[in-house]
Amino acid sequence: MGLLDVTGLTKQFVRKPGLFGRTSVVHAVQDVTFSIDEGEMFGLVGESGSGKSTTGRCILRLIEPTSGEVRFRGENVLAFSRERMRRARRDMQIVFQDPYSSLNPRMRVRDIVEEPLVIHRLGGRDERRARVAELFELVGLEPAHLERYPHEFSGGQRQRIGIARALALNPALVIADEAVSALDVSIQAQVVALLLDLQARLKLTYLFIAHDLRLVEHICSRVAVMYRGRIVEMGDTSAIFASPTHPYTRALLSAIPVLDPDAPRTRIELDPSSFDAAAPLREIGTGHLAAV
Amino acid sequence: MALLDVQHLSVSFGRGAPAVDDVSLQVAAGETLGVVGESGSGKSVTAFSILRLLQPPGRVTGGAVRFEGRDLLTLSEAEMREVRGARISLIFQEPMTALNPVMRVGDQIAEALTVHGRSKAEANARAVELLDAVKIPDAARRARDYPHQLSGGMRQRAMIAIALACHPPLVIADEPTTALDVTIQAQVLDLLRELRARFNLALLLITHDFGVIAEMADRVVVMHRGRLVEEGPVRQILRAPAHPYTQSLLAAVPGMRPASDRTGR
Repeated sequence: MGLLDVTGLTKQFVRKPGLFGRTSVVHAVQDVTFSIDEGEMFGLVGESGSGKSTTGRCILRLIEPTSGEVRFRGENVLAFSRERMRRARRDMQIVFQDPYSSLNPRMRVRDIVEEPLVIHRLGGRDERRARVAELFELVGLEPAHLERYPHEFSGGQRQRIGIARALALNPALVIADEAVSALDVSIQAQVVALLLDLQARLKLTYLFIAHDLRLVEHICSRVAVMYRGRIVEMGDTSAIFASPTHPYTRALLSAIPVLDPDAPRTRIELDPSSFDAAAPLREIGTGHLAAV
Repeated sequence: MALLDVQHLSVSFGRGAPAVDDVSLQVAAGETLGVVGESGSGKSVTAFSILRLLQPPGRVTGGAVRFEGRDLLTLSEAEMREVRGARISLIFQEPMTALNPVMRVGDQIAEALTVHGRSKAEANARAVELLDAVKIPDAARRARDYPHQLSGGMRQRAMIAIALACHPPLVIADEPTTALDVTIQAQVLDLLRELRARFNLALLLITHDFGVIAEMADRVVVMHRGRLVEEGPVRQILRAPAHPYTQSLLAAVPGMRPASDRTGR
């Protein structure tokens, strides 16, 4: 049993175009199964529309999944009452991509970081203030800047504020949904270093949702590749990058720009007719699964 | 002689440090010059200044932009309109905002030709040819589509078709693949490479992505806080960067460090 066990997770969006239009069903996430161990940095990669963000949101029930099971520390999250779910969210937090739209521009950053503590009625006013200052320091921000508003911070600093807020309740699992994608590369490197540092210090577990494969290769121990709502390949990062097996994974990895101008470029184009889109995942090596 | 020769360009947005500070760069015919930098480095402002598309309060405070024997900064607005699109065109990052949402894609390409003096019938035929050249399948039918009916990759191809409509010798591409998925990016870069060879295009390629630079550029300039901090052939910049800023930028790219250096394994 992992810290998080997702089994057969499915999310369908039903679309009815107009009054007389025929309803169509979009399978945003289909039969997704994976486990994350305590302390692990698990990468979920895919291109836009692959269902990776919907998967993250279904785990937190920010979107209600259509079917499947999400177990956190063995407990079935999808069966939780509203009240129980509210408490469970203390342990499962999310950091969003856009540090500009995910922080309330009218609130001082002190209040933004403190808000989760207030909502969950944790500690008195002084305790909360002390905790906020501690969190600010933890993510490498000046406690002297607590009274400022979000617009007074750069993108990288704002993302640190988002992380401080996510960590306020001492979560065990952090879902980082493209958390560093919008940042400049040098700022991205700093925020990634922070995430890794926090992982070591606080024994955090991450679901790291990203489209940047170079970054995922660099920081995740295991990775799942999503394509059109399904996981098509999953395993140790080193195994996936060394011997990608599913045609989509191969096409995806071959598309990553090589940083050497003289490296041979062999783009593999994806031919969707070359594989069975409904094939189940099967073990093709130690801890390496592919839907082939 | 260089096709484009920017000399000591400075741009200011009112008070504070200049957005572009004494930048000189050259692009030869058929050459691809990569301009790398992070947000706020002045790379896009440089491109907009070359085409004189700066919005007030931004203004050029000094320098010259020599192109085909003239200083673009001294041309009249009417003369400048003859340059834009016909001699230098621009590809933006966001095709959805750069394309007109209520105009058919084919008409937008044809418009680029009619404003520069082609007849309507000729322009329409050429629009389909161009959509075909940027590898949009079923070009004649797609020409009648509106931008929202195209995928992100196809929109970017349509914008490239508009940029190439008048066979300009120089194309400025401002983060042309940044908004695209990696597999689509690969296709668009392949397309740009092919068109560059076919039309002997010079490219001023603005990007923050060293991967794109490695794939496309012949030479590279690195910008930091409005200044040009390093310039050189692409291999030299990637393998032996001299300036500390370039070094730190490259060190921050995941995958640039040796495999033994990786954490989290």
